Amino acid sequence: MSKAVSALQGEKHAGFVEVAEAGLRGMVTLRGDLGASKVKKAVKAVTGLPVPAQRRIEIADGKAVAWMSPDELLLMVPYGDAPATVEALQQALAGEHHLVADVSDARAVFTIRGEKAHQVLMKLCPVDMERFEEGEIRRTRAAQVAAAFWKSGPEEFTLVSFRSVAAYVMGLLEVSSRPGSELFE
Amino acid sequence: MSTRLQKGGRLIDRSKPLQFTFNGRRMSGYAGDTLASALLGAGQMLVGRSFKYHRPRGIMASGAEEPNALVGLGEGGRFEPNQRTTTTELFDGAVLESQNHWPSLEFDIGAINNRLARLFPAGFYYKTFMFPRFAWKHVFEPVIRRSAGLGKAPRHRDEDRYEHAYAFCDLLVVGGGIAGLTAALAAGRQGKRVWLVEQTPHWGGRAVVDGAQIDGMEADAWVRQALQTLRAMPNVTLRERTMAAGLYDHGYVLLYERVADHTPGDGRPRHRLWRMRAGHVITATGAIERPLAFAGNDIPGVMLASAVRDYVVNWAVSPGDRTVIVTNNDDAYRTALVLLDAGLSVPAVIDARPGGGGELAQAVRERGVRVLDGKGVAQVKGGKRVTGVSVCNHAGEGAEIEFIPCDVVAMSGGWSPVVHLWSHCGGKLIWDEERAMFRPDPNRPPTGADGQAMVTAAGAANGMLLVQEVLEDAHSAAGGTGAAPGGFCAAEERILPVWIMPQGAGPELRAKMWLDPQNDVKVSDVELAAREGYESVEHTKRYTTLGMATDQGKVSNINGLAVLSQALNRPIPETGTTTFRPPYTPISMGAIAGEARGEIFQPMRRTPMHGWHETHGAHFEPVGQWRRPYCYLRTGEGIQDAVNREIRNVRNAVGLLDASTLGKILVKGPDAGRFLDKMYTNMMSTLPVGKCRYGLMCNENGFLMDDGVVVRLSEDSWLCHTTTGGADRIHAWMEDWLQCEWWDWKVYTANLTEQYAQIAVAGPNARALLERLGGMDVSKEAFPFMTWREGTLGGFRARVYRISFSGELSYEIAVPASEGLALWQALLEAGEDLGVAPYGTEAMHVLRAEKGFIMIGDETDGTVIPQDLGLDWAISKKKEDYLGKRAQQRPYMVSPERWRLVGLETLDGSVLPDGAYAVDEGYNANGQRNMQGRVTSSYYSPTLDRGIALGLVRRGPERMGEVLEFPVDGGRVIKARIVDPVFYDKEGERQNV
Repeated sequence: MSKAVSALQGEKHAGFVEVAEAGLRGMVTLRGDLGASKVKKAVKAVTGLPVPAQRRIEIADGKAVAWMSPDELLLMVPYGDAPATVEALQQALAGEHHLVADVSDARAVFTIRGEKAHQVLMKLCPVDMERFEEGEIRRTRAAQVAAAFWKSGPEEFTLVSFRSVAAYVMGLLEVSSRPGSELFE
Repeated sequence: MSTRLQKGGRLIDRSKPLQFTFNGRRMSGYAGDTLASALLGAGQMLVGRSFKYHRPRGIMASGAEEPNALVGLGEGGRFEPNQRTTTTELFDGAVLESQNHWPSLEFDIGAINNRLARLFPAGFYYKTFMFPRFAWKHVFEPVIRRSAGLGKAPRHRDEDRYEHAYAFCDLLVVGGGIAGLTAALAAGRQGKRVWLVEQTPHWGGRAVVDGAQIDGMEADAWVRQALQTLRAMPNVTLRERTMAAGLYDHGYVLLYERVADHTPGDGRPRHRLWRMRAGHVITATGAIERPLAFAGNDIPGVMLASAVRDYVVNWAVSPGDRTVIVTNNDDAYRTALVLLDAGLSVPAVIDARPGGGGELAQAVRERGVRVLDGKGVAQVKGGKRVTGVSVCNHAGEGAEIEFIPCDVVAMSGGWSPVVHLWSHCGGKLIWDEERAMFRPDPNRPPTGADGQAMVTAAGAANGMLLVQEVLEDAHSAAGGTGAAPGGFCAAEERILPVWIMPQGAGPELRAKMWLDPQNDVKVSDVELAAREGYESVEHTKRYTTLGMATDQGKVSNINGLAVLSQALNRPIPETGTTTFRPPYTPISMGAIAGEARGEIFQPMRRTPMHGWHETHGAHFEPVGQWRRPYCYLRTGEGIQDAVNREIRNVRNAVGLLDASTLGKILVKGPDAGRFLDKMYTNMMSTLPVGKCRYGLMCNENGFLMDDGVVVRLSEDSWLCHTTTGGADRIHAWMEDWLQCEWWDWKVYTANLTEQYAQIAVAGPNARALLERLGGMDVSKEAFPFMTWREGTLGGFRARVYRISFSGELSYEIAVPASEGLALWQALLEAGEDLGVAPYGTEAMHVLRAEKGFIMIGDETDGTVIPQDLGLDWAISKKKEDYLGKRAQQRPYMVSPERWRLVGLETLDGSVLPDGAYAVDEGYNANGQRNMQGRVTSSYYSPTLDRGIALGLVRRGPERMGEVLEFPVDGGRVIKARIVDPVFYDKEGERQNV
């Protein structure tokens, strides 16, 4: 595993909030019938979490399950656990029409930390941040690229993009968090 | 002279003097000044020259409607032309430059146009286009381009930065005057999420200058209290220096915030563009005063009456010592009172109404001012500054009754509601005869998705001009409960519509009455347009340039269309208005671009090995949003040399290609095989697990759209490789069919393009290199051509495909993207003595062309079917159907005359230009040579040491050995022979070892 490096190797910037690349994270795409008990059981078995409702994310003990579409979930586990998670899901779902894929390396993960973290997202994503709730995940865009984010702490958001545009996303976050450009006091 | 008064000025801070320069002259103003008030305070009334006649232009207004006072502001990377001085805040060190003159503002050669005015009538530009024909290009255009136009284009890169922000609210209130404040208070109290925006840095609008009483308080005090109340509401957001620039469908509003125009260089973004979704919009945007059309009304010193009192009250600036007021309504009398209070003289008020004004007029009379009822201005005298007015009977033709010396003329032709936002999205207007104005028609508002009004106009923007009606209107627009704030102001007599003054003025005077001072359009121009047959106000606008350019006719439109109506002898509503389009006033290009500049102008996609490429001489080329190494330059090496070296290295040793950008789509499910049989022209359902097959994808019209190697991963899953540019498109294409057409098929797809780094290892030493990494049997027997294996290679979790796009022994290794760089480096290290070296996309292209392999986008262009490319072998005859099959059976598609793929070898060994056409006998209907083929790919082949090309030629494969002629630059003709498209190793022995 020592050969694996994240796209930006932990680059960070301190503006009016801190923006940082969060490193590698295990991510598994699961497509299937989210209402099927077999799917619910399999998700529970590998993450300990229930299948989230529409546009919600379940988080506990370093793992998470996010609703991505009516037939797609994103399971998050420690990076090293992703291959085993894929294996376990495939076994549990044998006989059920589904798709499981390791997408850990296709992504870049960022954290935006600080009292005004939401203001950085307001500049980049067409999302009503005032109404954005804890436990919600939003698939949207950050300026010109696809992204998803959720609230990962009292003053922290986690944002995920494709790996190939990690430098672009970091550029967006850095410029949008420069001191003096706060949107509100 | 204009000057600064000793006392007063509600907006300026005399303890903070600011220095600035105007055309190099040092001047000073105060914090709180606009550029315009600072210029006037420093005695500078003349600020520019007009567009066409280069006439002297002074400051006319005090707000967004200003047509004249535009300057070039700033220097170098902060220079920007056409900055409106009336809406730009003064800052220390500001550098202002007047525009549109040569050699100087005071003495301008272009002003000779003024003497020649009769040669530049309405439609001058159009007329120059028409006749005589040669004259436009050789005479008029060069002259007009030099002398017309406003300002200079910036020459330096913009030093500032800009950004966007998204916002949402239940109610957006536009305009921070008493109407906006009242509406925001009413809505805020209902708990709605409210935004209130004001384009200036100050709240309260006109009322605080005009001296209204609200709830028993002076307007100023009431505004302060209202702001305090609003600021205490957590559901209300107040934003100054923020203009609603445009209103669009579904309550989408663009707000233009001038964050740091007044503090340049402080590191903040200069402008911010808010992209807002508002549930509802209240436009409390006020009204704009109309000028009066009398002769000489463009001479510096002729100003809007409201602007004159703004300068006195807000900035303690006296525009002049003696001000004659000309009006057709009561409001202008307020200007007289303000001037008198400031100790300035008002020699006369000229009121066009025979019966004169009401309470305010009486108050002015009582202060000892002459009020001349039923009179008008025959002509303003002066050159670069007003020297006096000649008074006449308004009902007459302009014979002078008396001459009154003065240095300012304050005019008021009534008020026009600011209906721009209301109109942007389809709101209609009605002509209000009594108030002589177009105002929003409440029965025809712009509607939202639910068919209901999405905008409500309130206050002066809705035609309400008296304080009490403004407050009641705004309160009710916001659905306020209880009583509206109570307002009081003087009662007013009815306005008399005056479109030209005096009403019987003859042609001499009409030719000196300016309607649009920015574009030099006069009453006589609009009347000429009418005589020449222009009836539509839109056509007249374009013909005369009335209401064009940076101010979009904020002061000129209504007067212009009224004059047009009179000339056509029809009522004003029948003429209507021109279209109001966003933005309300010009917004910066920077704000539109937002953060998108420099490194983040566009997303650039990088593979895991991108950094390595950068540090190892990569010469990049864009492929979609990726940058791929075209070749790797060694010290002192040219691009062609590098490409040739890389090709030879693949043919003779072993090369590495970063193929990570190739699309990789996982397709899985019980119906996946059936699905892929539809997607591809060939059979994929029968591909055995463990094997690879090259496949073609066509669209419904039969045209080839993508290709790639399909891999059977398991009983129910396939991995489809696409072209680099095709990954997202093909994934979407698959999902489209699955979601919209075959929604009952059990198939899931996932785009795994970025999960894997993929490296092609190609060349005779490829196997030896993989063996060195170890962990996987890569022998010919254990790992045959067109199969794949999964396992560990040199300690990497790898999936290896034995496929070849170069014709050499070749493996493509896919590992998790995070390990891609490590694998790349491991391969380079392990293969050093095997001659391993990276190769770029150009070497890849030449290698494949030597083998006659097609490239999507080179051999295809959206009009080519697989059969044209000799790919019949990849089209299943057994399958009942696939996408494109029916289309490929149409007569034109099966015609033997189609242009088909061949190889082309120049007789002299040179390289054909890419895209060159082969000419045929005869000429077509347009007198052009007939064509019979074209070059689709063309390269120098270092392997064969000659030019090779692929091309599409009519009946090509039937014409082997024929020689075609390709005319190229300068009449030169290159001859090339039609040959087999496979130039190298036709038997495929090199890849099959």
